[in-house]
Amino acid sequence: MTRLTGGLIDRNAPLNFTFNGKAYKGFQGDTLASALLGNGVQLMGRSFKYHRPRGVVAAGSEEPNAMVELRTGARQEPNTRATVAELFDGLTARSQNHIGPLHRDFLAVNDLLSPFFAAGFYYKTFMWPKAFWEKLYEPMIRKAAGLGSLSMLPDPDDYDKGFLHCDLLIVGAGAAGLAAALTAGRAGADVILADEDFALGGRLMSESDALDGANAMDWVASAKAELESLPNVRIMTRTTVFGVYDHGIFGAVERVSDHLAVPGDKVRQTLWRITAKRTVLAAGATERHIPFADNDRPGVMLAGAMRAYANRWAVSPVKRDGDAIAIFTNGDDGHRTAMDLIARGAKVLGVIDAREAAPRFGDYEVFAGSTVTGTKGRLGLTSIEVTRNGRSEWHSVGALGVAGGWNPNVHLASHHRGRPVWNDDLLAFVPSPDGPKGLIPAGAAAGKGGTAEALTDGMKAAITALSEIGVAASEIALPKAENMPSEQAAFWHVPGTKRAWVDFQNDVTVKDIALAHKENMKPVEHLKRWTTLGMATDQGKTSNISALAVMAELTGKSIPETGTTIFRPPYTGVSLAVLGGGDTGPLFRPRRLTPTHHWAEAQGAAFVEVGQWMRAQYFPRTGETTWRQTVDREVLAVRSGVGLCDVTTLGKVDVQGADAGEFLNRMYSNMMGALKVGMVRYGLMLREDGHAYDDGTCAQMAEDHYVVTTTTANAGLVYRQMEFAHQCLWPELDVQLISTTDAWAQIAVVGPKSRELLTRIVDGFDLSNEAFPFMACSELTICNGLRARLFRISFSGELAYEIAVPARYGHALMQRLMEQGADLGATPYGTEALAVLRIEKGHAAGAELNGQTTAQMLGLGKMVSAKKDSIGAVMSRREGMAAEKRRLVGFKPLEAQTQVMAGSHLFTQGEAQTMTSDQGWVTSSCYSPHLESYIALGFLKNGAERMGEVLIAANPLEGKELKVEVVSAHFVDPEGGRLRD
Amino acid sequence: MLIPHPLLGLRDSQEFTYLGDANLMHRPDATAENAEAQFCDYVFQRENPAGVHRELWFHEQGDRSWLVVTRDTTTHEILGAELASNVKLGAAE
Repeated sequence: MTRLTGGLIDRNAPLNFTFNGKAYKGFQGDTLASALLGNGVQLMGRSFKYHRPRGVVAAGSEEPNAMVELRTGARQEPNTRATVAELFDGLTARSQNHIGPLHRDFLAVNDLLSPFFAAGFYYKTFMWPKAFWEKLYEPMIRKAAGLGSLSMLPDPDDYDKGFLHCDLLIVGAGAAGLAAALTAGRAGADVILADEDFALGGRLMSESDALDGANAMDWVASAKAELESLPNVRIMTRTTVFGVYDHGIFGAVERVSDHLAVPGDKVRQTLWRITAKRTVLAAGATERHIPFADNDRPGVMLAGAMRAYANRWAVSPVKRDGDAIAIFTNGDDGHRTAMDLIARGAKVLGVIDAREAAPRFGDYEVFAGSTVTGTKGRLGLTSIEVTRNGRSEWHSVGALGVAGGWNPNVHLASHHRGRPVWNDDLLAFVPSPDGPKGLIPAGAAAGKGGTAEALTDGMKAAITALSEIGVAASEIALPKAENMPSEQAAFWHVPGTKRAWVDFQNDVTVKDIALAHKENMKPVEHLKRWTTLGMATDQGKTSNISALAVMAELTGKSIPETGTTIFRPPYTGVSLAVLGGGDTGPLFRPRRLTPTHHWAEAQGAAFVEVGQWMRAQYFPRTGETTWRQTVDREVLAVRSGVGLCDVTTLGKVDVQGADAGEFLNRMYSNMMGALKVGMVRYGLMLREDGHAYDDGTCAQMAEDHYVVTTTTANAGLVYRQMEFAHQCLWPELDVQLISTTDAWAQIAVVGPKSRELLTRIVDGFDLSNEAFPFMACSELTICNGLRARLFRISFSGELAYEIAVPARYGHALMQRLMEQGADLGATPYGTEALAVLRIEKGHAAGAELNGQTTAQMLGLGKMVSAKKDSIGAVMSRREGMAAEKRRLVGFKPLEAQTQVMAGSHLFTQGEAQTMTSDQGWVTSSCYSPHLESYIALGFLKNGAERMGEVLIAANPLEGKELKVEVVSAHFVDPEGGRLRD
Repeated sequence: MLIPHPLLGLRDSQEFTYLGDANLMHRPDATAENAEAQFCDYVFQRENPAGVHRELWFHEQGDRSWLVVTRDTTTHEILGAELASNVKLGAAE
C-alpha cells in the first residue's frame, strides 16, 4: 500500500475489486486508477501500436494510457479510462490490448519492429501487392487494431433521453463554475450546473490551496449545500457536456449508474439535450507533458495528476513506500507538486527545472537548468537520467511527475469552428471570441487558472451572461484565495536521438513528427493523419499542443503560425447505446397496430411490417404446411365466396369546404370536381415533375365533403403534400384537411357473396345494384345503429365493398362479419392474397408506382386531364414524357409452374442481353391459383402492341432466364363485368 | 435547432419536416405561353445561397402548419418564421 494520509476518500468504506484477476482493496471515493496506485500497481495497460508497458498518465478524462475493460458478461465494457471509473465493491477490471499476461505481452514484438512502423506506415507499407490488401493486410490490421474487446452479447441495460431548458448552463463545477452557479442561483435564474466528476469542486479537490484560510473543501461543501437548497438550480454530477449544437443546444451524457455494479431499476445512462439561453464554460484546463527520451514508462505521469492523486485520493504514485519521486518542470507549477508531496510525507528527490533561474518554494533540491534525458525500468520506472550542460547523472526514482504547463479546455468553445487564439503570456491557446454564440469561457478554461482569478471570473461570467438575457445578478462575496506562482518557460521537449513520446496511446514520437515534417506533411491536418497523432481515444488532449510546438520548432515558425487545433464533439467518448437512447428492439420505432390486430393474432395470422404498420400477411389453417397453400386458399375463397381484409392502413384524408372539389381537381390529374354526391372515383396523383405519385379513391360524401384514400406507404407524404398545396399554393381556397387514417377502421368485403354478407349487417340499407352501383358510396348505419361508411370499390376485380366504422369498432365488425358470413365461407385474407388478387386484376401498386413511372406507362395516360391544371400536368406533357412507349402488361411463363422473378429484365429472343437491347422489366409476380400458373406484371417497350410475343425474362443475378408470353395485364375478368354486377 | 413558430412559440426542429426553398410557393401559371419552361425552372432550379435563405418547414408533429422560415445557412441562425398561408395571401394582395 502506498496510501498517504488525508484525502477525500472514505476509509470507513473499503471496497473490494479485482484487476487482471488479482484481488485488491480500495475505498469509497476512489477511482480505479487511484485504487490501483494505492495498491502499488503502476502497470495498467499497453500502448496501441508498439504494445509498450504503460501506466496512468493523468487523473481525469484526458487519460491516454490506462484503458481498461470493466465488468464481465454482457456488461463487459472496453476502453474505459481507469481515471474516471468510479470504484465500487465487486468491480472487475482487466487491462487490454495484449496477448498473454500484461507484463509479458507477445505483441510487444511490435516495439522491436518499430522502425517499420514509422509515420505514415499504413500508407507506405500496405500498398503492394494490391491484392494483398483485402486478403491479408486489412484482416491482419483489423485483428491487431482496436483496444478492448466486445462481449458480443446484447446490452442488458436501459438507456434514456431527456430534454432540459435553462437560463444558464454551467459546464464544470470547479472554482469558476461554483462561483458562477452561486451568482446565478442567488439571482433566481434557472441554472444547470454539470460536471463530469462524481463530486463538486473540480480542481479544488486536487489542490491544497486554502479558501478563507480553511480547507477549500469546506467552502465547496457550503456552496453545494446552498445550491442544493435553491429550487432554480439543478446540479448534475457524472454528467459530461460533450458537444455544442445550434441555437444553444448542448448534448450531455449523465452516467446514472455506471458507478454501480448493476443499474437495478435505474437506467444506465441518460442522453440529455440541454437548451440553454447562455452558457458559462468553466471546464478547467488539462496539463501537458514534456516529451523526453523514454518518457512513457509506467511511473511517469503528469505532475498535476500526481498532485491530484496525493491530495484527493491520498496515494503516492510509487510502487513501494519510500521510493523517491522526482518532478520535471518548465515552470512554477511543478514545484507545487513537490511541495504537496512533501507535505503529505512522500519522499521527493527534487525538482528538475528546465529554467536556469529556477525558483525554490520549499525544502527540496532544485536541479536548475536541467532536463530529464533518459529513463530505465521495463515495467515501471526505476531511474532517470538528469542532464545539465551536457553532464548527466542517473538517479534512482519510483515515479516522475512532468509539468509542461496547462492548456485551457477550449473544446466546447471550438465546436462551432471557433479557432482558439494563442496567448504568449500563458503559452497556451485560449478560447476564440468567435466561439458558439452565448457561450462565455471562465476560469482556467479561459486561461485564468489561479484560484482567486477563477472565482472572480466565474462570478463575472455569470453576471455578464444573465445581463444579456435581462436577468440582473449582483456580485457575491467570494472566499479569500491566492493565485499561486505560475511563471513558465517556453520549453516544449527535450531534444535527443532516442524516442520521445508525444501521443502515448497511439505511439507518436518526436521522431515521427520530424519524419512527417521531412515528408512535407507540415500542416497540422496532414500531420495528424500521417502520424495518427491525436487520433487516440483522448483525441489529443494531452498531445496536440506539444506536437504543434515540435512542428513549429522544425519549421522555424511560431506556434500560431504553424496552426491550431480545433475540436469536434464529443468531448469524451459517448456510447452508441446512449445515443440510441433506448430506441432498440421493439422500441426502435413506433409500431402501429390495425383495429383487427388482436383478432388476427387470435386467428394465428402471420404479420408483416408495412412501414410502421403490422399487417396480417396470411391466416394459416391447420394442415397447411406452406404459406403458398394458405394464400392460394384465401385467393380462391375470395373469388368464389367472400373474403375479408383489414384495409385500415390505407391513408384517409377528410377534405371539407366550399372549394373542396376545386382543390381536389388541382391535386388529382383526373377530373374530380364533376363527381356526384354518393359516388367514388379512382384518382391518380402526379408529382410536379409529371411522374406518377400515388393513387387512391375519392368519395364525395356531400357537396362540400370528400373522403380521399391514399396508398399505405404514402399516407403521410400525400397528406403533407395536400397541406402544402393548400397552405403554400392556394390558401385562398375554402378547404380544410385532416388525416383520418387512424379514426376509421376499414374492412374490405370482397367476392361474389359480399353483397349477401353485407345485407345481413346493414340497417335496412338497399344494396341492390340499382340502388348502390359500382363506385357508389354512402353513410349508413349497421348492426342496429352503428354509424358507418360504405364504398363499393374493388381492388381485386370482384364484386366488392369497403366498409368503415369508427376505429374502436373495427375488431367487433370483423367478428360480426365472420359470424354472419360463416355459412357463406367468409374467409379472412392478408396482404399476400391481397397482392395476388391485384396482380391477377392488373392493378398497379407500389412496385409499379415507384416514382419512376408515368401515367402513360401505367396505361392511365388518358387520366391526365387536358381541360384543367393539376399538380404535374404541365410537366407530364413534356416531349420525352409524352413519347414514352413502355406500357404495363402481363406476362405468363410458358412453363406455368416456373416462377417469374420480379426485377427480371426482358429481352427479345436471340438478342444479346445488353442495356441497349433491354425491352423492359418485371415489376410484380405471383402464383395465380385462379389460372394455376405463375403470372407477372411489368413494363415493356411498345407493350400494348406486343400481345402474344414470347420474350426472355432474364435474372442475371441468379444466372436464370425463362420464356414468358406477353398478355393483357388483366388476367381476371378483363371486361370488368364481375365488379359491376 | 429551435424554430419560433408564430402560433406556438419556440419548437424543436425535430417536430418539423423540411421541404426547401420557399420559392416553391410560387407555382407558375399553367396557361402561360412558356409554361413548360417555367415549370422546369420551378421544379428543378434552386438557389443555394450561403447566407440568408427562406425555406419551407412543415410542423408535422405539431399543428401541421407550413412555415416560411428565414435561416442563415452558414450559421443556422433562424431569423424569423411566418405562416406560409399568410405569406402567400399577403403576396397575392
